[in-house]
Amino acid sequence: MSVSPDADPAAAAERIERRDHGPLLDTMLLIVGLIVLWQAGSMLLGRDALPSPAATVEKLAAIMGDQDFPAHAWETARAFVTALVIALCSGLAIGLALGSNRLSGEVAEPLLVGLYAIPKITLYPVILLLFGLGISAKIAFGVIHGVIPVIVFTMNAVRNIRSVYFRAARTMRLSLMQTAFTIVVPAAMPEIISGFRVGFALTLLGTLIGEMFASQRGIGYMLVRAMETNDTLTVMALAFLLVVLATAASTALLALDRRLHKRAMPS
Amino acid sequence: MTRAGWIRLALIAGALALLEAACRFGFISRDSVIPPTVMVQGAWQALRSNETRGDLLLTLQTVGVALVLSLAAGAAVGALLHQAPRLRRVLDPLLASYYAVPTFVFYPLFIVLFGLNRWPLVAIGFLFAVVAVAINTLDGLSRIPRAYLRTAAVMRLSPPQMLLHVILPAAAPWFFTGVKFAVAYSFIGVIAGEFVVSGAGVGHAIAFAYNSFDNRMMYGLIVLLFVLVGGINTVLWSWERRLYVRLAGR
Amino acid sequence: MVHLRLDGVTRVYPSAVQGRAPLHALGPISLTLKRGEFFSVVGPSGCGKSTLLDVVAGLAAPSDGSVTFEGKQIDGTVPDGVGVVFQEDASFPWLSVYDNAAFALRRAGVPEHEVRERVDPTLAFMGLRSFAGAYPAQLSGGMRQRLCIARTLVTRPRLLLLDEPFGALDQQTRLLMGDELLNLWRETGATILLITHSLDEAALLSDRIGVMSARPGLFIDVVETGWPRDRDSRIVSDAGFGQLTGRLWASLRDQSIKALAMAS
Repeated sequence: MSVSPDADPAAAAERIERRDHGPLLDTMLLIVGLIVLWQAGSMLLGRDALPSPAATVEKLAAIMGDQDFPAHAWETARAFVTALVIALCSGLAIGLALGSNRLSGEVAEPLLVGLYAIPKITLYPVILLLFGLGISAKIAFGVIHGVIPVIVFTMNAVRNIRSVYFRAARTMRLSLMQTAFTIVVPAAMPEIISGFRVGFALTLLGTLIGEMFASQRGIGYMLVRAMETNDTLTVMALAFLLVVLATAASTALLALDRRLHKRAMPS
Repeated sequence: MTRAGWIRLALIAGALALLEAACRFGFISRDSVIPPTVMVQGAWQALRSNETRGDLLLTLQTVGVALVLSLAAGAAVGALLHQAPRLRRVLDPLLASYYAVPTFVFYPLFIVLFGLNRWPLVAIGFLFAVVAVAINTLDGLSRIPRAYLRTAAVMRLSPPQMLLHVILPAAAPWFFTGVKFAVAYSFIGVIAGEFVVSGAGVGHAIAFAYNSFDNRMMYGLIVLLFVLVGGINTVLWSWERRLYVRLAGR
Repeated sequence: MVHLRLDGVTRVYPSAVQGRAPLHALGPISLTLKRGEFFSVVGPSGCGKSTLLDVVAGLAAPSDGSVTFEGKQIDGTVPDGVGVVFQEDASFPWLSVYDNAAFALRRAGVPEHEVRERVDPTLAFMGLRSFAGAYPAQLSGGMRQRLCIARTLVTRPRLLLLDEPFGALDQQTRLLMGDELLNLWRETGATILLITHSLDEAALLSDRIGVMSARPGLFIDVVETGWPRDRDSRIVSDAGFGQLTGRLWASLRDQSIKALAMAS
């Protein structure tokens, strides 16, 4: 019995909603609702504890306008994109390999699940010792966070390809390569993209955390410095920026995911 | 044990042996990674110290509180969202981005809210785990076959009876998955928080050891943590298998 | 004597989307069933057969018209004495066969010894006695449906509603299950309303057959089969059987074509 990747919160969420996407109006309403809650919280708890939406956006504008910011942003982007490419590609390759063989899949699954559940934060010192302080450590952090869901999803995607498709391929006398590219990949693609979605978020998380420990530059570094100096306003501003970016990317990936799933499962 | 199980065991043993050799023969510097056997010694040593035991207990307590709270709140939120499909539709893009932000950056906010105690850590663990529970509860509820509910209606069950005798058992496997994630995420959240900002607990102890260049202690603690989390997961996993055997196929 | 009566029953589903017309799913349907009668409903897909069952069982209220069972009106609540077997397998996978069968009685507060007195013979009757400790996941599809039937029978329903209960089974099993259903019918004296898309099944099992039109479903024909009470599946070889199915299809064919066009 396979561990359902659908059980992963981020992915299960999107699987539930795959059927139809509500109107734009509801999304707008939700955003307005959240902002109202935020403002209320700010007024309740005090501007120093929870800065208001307006103050946050203002601060963010100031931060982004600052001359140091582009360097920080670039640092983070560099590390993140590298980690993402590594996580997605290696995750895909490993997942495909593990998924194509029944035994390897069975062996790997509990190991992967175990690795997923272990607080990877405990490995941070190890990574720092191995990679030193600098961009490689950050990339490593990002990769160890993001690669596992990609592997798990890809593996399951391949395992779940209905065996009748393979039988059809044999009756059509397709070569291994043809089978792989014309049947395996399209059939598994929707689940693989779901894995990418989760991997994206977690790689970002890992990279940011890496920056918090291992760097003198980058958005994660800015975050941890703001935390240490109790600069709540900066923390909020940066968190807000991250939320916006992650939501945008997640929405784009979700749209892609839905498009692919609609093709795969027309109901 | 199954064949897969033996292979797995062999792989792990092999990897450890490789690591041991690499460390002993100097391929990996002792300043980075110490041999597994020394790690285990460090673990044993740490376990014998009162301070470590105190840290472990403290972390476990904090995780426990976060877990219970996230299960309760997550189940409630999941049930609520089940009744409000419009709301859950729009929350979806936000959910993936929820996990992209390191929630412990809000630690200062929590200190203001709760004070300089363990509660900010509970809050971090809670925030990490609650979403997983909610989503899995929601998933489970939406997967209950309508035929079950209609059967219960024909039997004229009262709403409490329906909840207790049909809805809960039917959604249980998915809720259990939520429990597994809640355990994992509670640990991750609390220990991450301890690592970064707290003065006590296993996470802090590891950070302290790292900063003091005490590799033996550091790895020892990491091993202890692995064993602890691994042990809990194994127990959960075996419970789940027993549950599956009866239900045989989701 | 009249057991179940439908008078001009209609069911309209309001549309959830603004600007779209509400869905007229069923009716008006008028029907009278005598106590102990076996009545089948056949009709094309989407004609509202399942809606009819929902309304009769009290799972949905009619938008217009009335449903009267044993002299009392049913209006969106399930009355006492009604049992339903659904098309999908509704056996609870977390309970054993015995516990499934005992479920309704236990929830109704029936004492355990009486539960046993009712469940044991019913399981034996449905051929499930030796599987009492097994779980539904270990049973075949046919046995699971038998379990669903047993679970309903235990409550001693006076009106038994079946919605394509044998839909998932192969033809031969269906015929045998049909025989079992007839046995059950004779043993319990219950009134049976069977919804099926199989003309053979309706023709074989029923006292009367109602043929429904495409949506919104109305009865366009009600046929008396005239079979004796002690019938079984061997009447398929009777000449009357072929004539019966012929008549049913003659009524149904155009409706089925219409339903297919509606669906595409």
